[in-house]
Amino acid sequence: MTGPLVLTLTTFLPLAGALLILALRVVGGASMAGGASKSIALLTSLATLVVSIMALMQFDASKVGYQLVDFAPWFGGSSYKLGVDGMAIALVLLTTALMPLCILQSMKSIEDRMAEYMIAFLILETLMIGVFCALDLVLFYVFFEGGLIPMFLIIGVWGGKNRLYAAFKFFLYTLLGSLLLLAALIYMSVVAGTTDVALLQEGLNPETGALLFPPEVQTWLWLAFFASFAVKLPMFPVHTWLPDAHVEAPTAGSVVLAAVLLKMGGYGFIRFSLPIFPDASLLFQPLMFILSVIAIVYASLVAFRQTDIKKLVAYSSVAHMGFVTLGIFSFNEAGLQGAIFQMISHGIISGALFFCVGVIYDRMHTREIAFYGGLVHRMPVYAALFMLFSMANVGLPGTSGFVGEILTMVGGFQASTWAAAGAALGVIFSAVYMLTLYRRVVFGEMTNDKLADIKDVTALEFFILGLLAISALGFGVFPGLVFDLTEGTTTEVLRMIGQAGQ
Amino acid sequence: MDFLADINNAAPEAILAGFGLVGLLIGAIGGDRISGLLRLLSVVALAAAAVVAAIQFGRGEAISAFASEPLAPDGLYKVSLFTLFAKVVTYALAAFALLMSGGFLKTAQMERYEYPLLIVFGSLGAGMMLSANDLMTLYVGIETLSLSSYVLAAFRRDSIKSAEAGLKYFVLGALASGLLLYGSSLVYGFTGGTGYAAIAAAPSSIGLTFGLVFLICGLAFKASAAPFHIWTPDVYEGAPAPVVAFFSTAPKIAAVGVLAHVLFTAFGPHAGSWQQILAIIAALSMLIGAFGALMQNSIKRILAYSSISNVGFALIGVAAGAEQGAAALLVYMALYVVATLGLFGGVLALRRGGRAIDQVSDLNGLVKSKPGIALGLMVLIFSVAGIPPAAGFWGKLQVFTAGISADLLWLVLVGALASVVSLGYYLRLVWAMFMKPAGEPLDKTDMSVGLVVAITSLAMFPVLTIVIQILLDLAMRAAGG
Repeated sequence: MTGPLVLTLTTFLPLAGALLILALRVVGGASMAGGASKSIALLTSLATLVVSIMALMQFDASKVGYQLVDFAPWFGGSSYKLGVDGMAIALVLLTTALMPLCILQSMKSIEDRMAEYMIAFLILETLMIGVFCALDLVLFYVFFEGGLIPMFLIIGVWGGKNRLYAAFKFFLYTLLGSLLLLAALIYMSVVAGTTDVALLQEGLNPETGALLFPPEVQTWLWLAFFASFAVKLPMFPVHTWLPDAHVEAPTAGSVVLAAVLLKMGGYGFIRFSLPIFPDASLLFQPLMFILSVIAIVYASLVAFRQTDIKKLVAYSSVAHMGFVTLGIFSFNEAGLQGAIFQMISHGIISGALFFCVGVIYDRMHTREIAFYGGLVHRMPVYAALFMLFSMANVGLPGTSGFVGEILTMVGGFQASTWAAAGAALGVIFSAVYMLTLYRRVVFGEMTNDKLADIKDVTALEFFILGLLAISALGFGVFPGLVFDLTEGTTTEVLRMIGQAGQ
Repeated sequence: MDFLADINNAAPEAILAGFGLVGLLIGAIGGDRISGLLRLLSVVALAAAAVVAAIQFGRGEAISAFASEPLAPDGLYKVSLFTLFAKVVTYALAAFALLMSGGFLKTAQMERYEYPLLIVFGSLGAGMMLSANDLMTLYVGIETLSLSSYVLAAFRRDSIKSAEAGLKYFVLGALASGLLLYGSSLVYGFTGGTGYAAIAAAPSSIGLTFGLVFLICGLAFKASAAPFHIWTPDVYEGAPAPVVAFFSTAPKIAAVGVLAHVLFTAFGPHAGSWQQILAIIAALSMLIGAFGALMQNSIKRILAYSSISNVGFALIGVAAGAEQGAAALLVYMALYVVATLGLFGGVLALRRGGRAIDQVSDLNGLVKSKPGIALGLMVLIFSVAGIPPAAGFWGKLQVFTAGISADLLWLVLVGALASVVSLGYYLRLVWAMFMKPAGEPLDKTDMSVGLVVAITSLAMFPVLTIVIQILLDLAMRAAGG
């Protein structure tokens, strides 16, 4: 194997932690492993964060193309190839940074089978990081689909009442999309003789110089990839698994789902669909715009009618992912930069919102909006933090939510006025549902007696939410931190799209 | 000394046949008291046969035996690398299946000396049909396997279900044998020979196609491919669990292997007449296997449908033809049968009040009482389902690649659909083990079976993902030979 190995280490370090806990569980039994698993998992995730920061330090944002490449030959035209560009390293850091927070939160709120929970979570981390680092389609697919198993277990074992339905729906929906992706990638490997992403992105037969995938073939392949990424993102009309999965998953599961797993869809579009099938991407631009606008408007309206806080936040995620696809398919710098930024920002904000829901759920064990009201009287700190994240979700200037939304809309506007106008409607609606939610949960008189003794955030919760608040504000004020990283990705993708346009 | 050379070339089968006959004598004298000893000896004999076949594979050349002018100039018996690969897996799995049946046989009071010997004769038949180079040898091999199987299915004499399974298997199996014979006679009539080489050399004709269709029906029955699968769930449900563990592993890879071998060698030049049939059989098997199990509650029935579905996936490799298809088929079947062996190991290991578990609900809460076995079974289930990073995924990737290379995209899409549907019941098993509250406590697990679960699940674990290249290389070599 060749390469600096820092990405390999980042990817597989969590797995090593998981195996360690597994060994303890087998040797020491549930009680011993349960206690130790907390500290092992936390230390592993922190170590992974440190390693991923080391990867960031070695990463040179001024260069285009993939860096820190680890390579080993595998079989057929496939290889073990990890590498990152700006977008990927940003998403890897999002994952590794959120993971310790999720594990901290789970330590308090998970009640049984702690060791098994931590194993599933760490394996999930490995698979998520792998998705963002893989530069070989087969390897990507292994990580992409493998992630279903731990998430299925997390929802199914530690989820809420209706977890059977949610877990099955999550698995089967995503799998159907994935298998079409599998068929497409096999076709590509048969035609191109390789599954190396960089080679496929060039799109030319190395011997003849002809196009690997002529436009009409691209259309079908694009649709297959679309089936997979649209479910994962999720886009209207295949979004219905998301609210169920979110509602039933434990808090940390929801956080990871919203913050990282959804991003795989947007990541897939930018990494594969646009560069490898530029003609088809141009062809389907109107469709994507229509679906994005429907997602933004429709999901916002549906969110408004929800009675369950988590469901509301879930639908808001669908709407925000609409901005991501709008930005991606506007094919200009503002749109793409905005889309990547929106993915990072949504990861922070929606993660934080799910943590916020978790705080009151841990205390009251219900997520009914009607149950709450007047929390500001008993939980002032919580009210302030929740306010900040609600505003960020709405896209208030000064928060990271604003930057993502405005840029994707600017990008969308350049490509299609109507699409941008529709999306702008969504911004208004998002203010409507978030503010209504906030008013009903936090403001007003405290009428429910059961809330009389509710305690404000603990030090740990304050720490988690505080860190996320700093990030949401920090990226809102200094969006350049992300833009400098992702600029290389955008230029490359636009270059590949541009070649097809001519 | 031609005869000795022939025996030498057919050494694995010679070992099994010789041991089987001697074993019968020992058993007749010693009776059921020495059945434990006979079982161990049978395991050794099967393992020896596997090793010898592996050595032959290592030599890397096709072996021919029992040639006689003018009837069979090319030999009645010819082992290519392809069939050797299948034979190694068949014998090794038969040995494992026998090894882990001990505990069950004891508690079910089935410790009779015929049992291990029937498995040996069954494996001998499986090996013979793989080595056949002539329709007559093929038939003798298939019947040796089948007759042993009928008896094995009805081995639990005091159980009505077991007797029913045996009878059903026998009646339907006899019908399939009839079809096979009739097909062979038609092929002989239109080509003038029963040797594979003679058939391959003959010109295509409508009569040959008729014979071929009957042959395929008979072979598909043995492989339990749809629409000849009806017997499978009933026989699996009724037959004793260790017998089903044997049925679903060793003879399965042999049956699929022999189907591919006959079609590729004898009917290779007539590919136009069977490729479509095979594609349809594959599609039907995948779909029927996937949908059929959704409403089942018996684990054995679910595994029966799962095997129908998985045979369908493997047959994509046959339909695709060529070296790539053959290699894909071998990889797929090898990974599938090893995982299945582990699954049955789990079923055998879990007993409640002395009886083997049977219903999905018997698995409830397994992770609490036996976390190791639950984890192992989960890996195996995901492997059989073909979800990465479990090893079964690589088999699926290979057959899909072969299918797409052969322009059978529609078949691959049917496979994708079947995969999603079948996940419906695979996930139910995982669901029961991990997410349901535990039921009544289970009996203590015996070591040997737990070991099989552990070994096979390790083999299916992502570790194999890294060494998959080795398996692929071997399969490619086998397909090339």
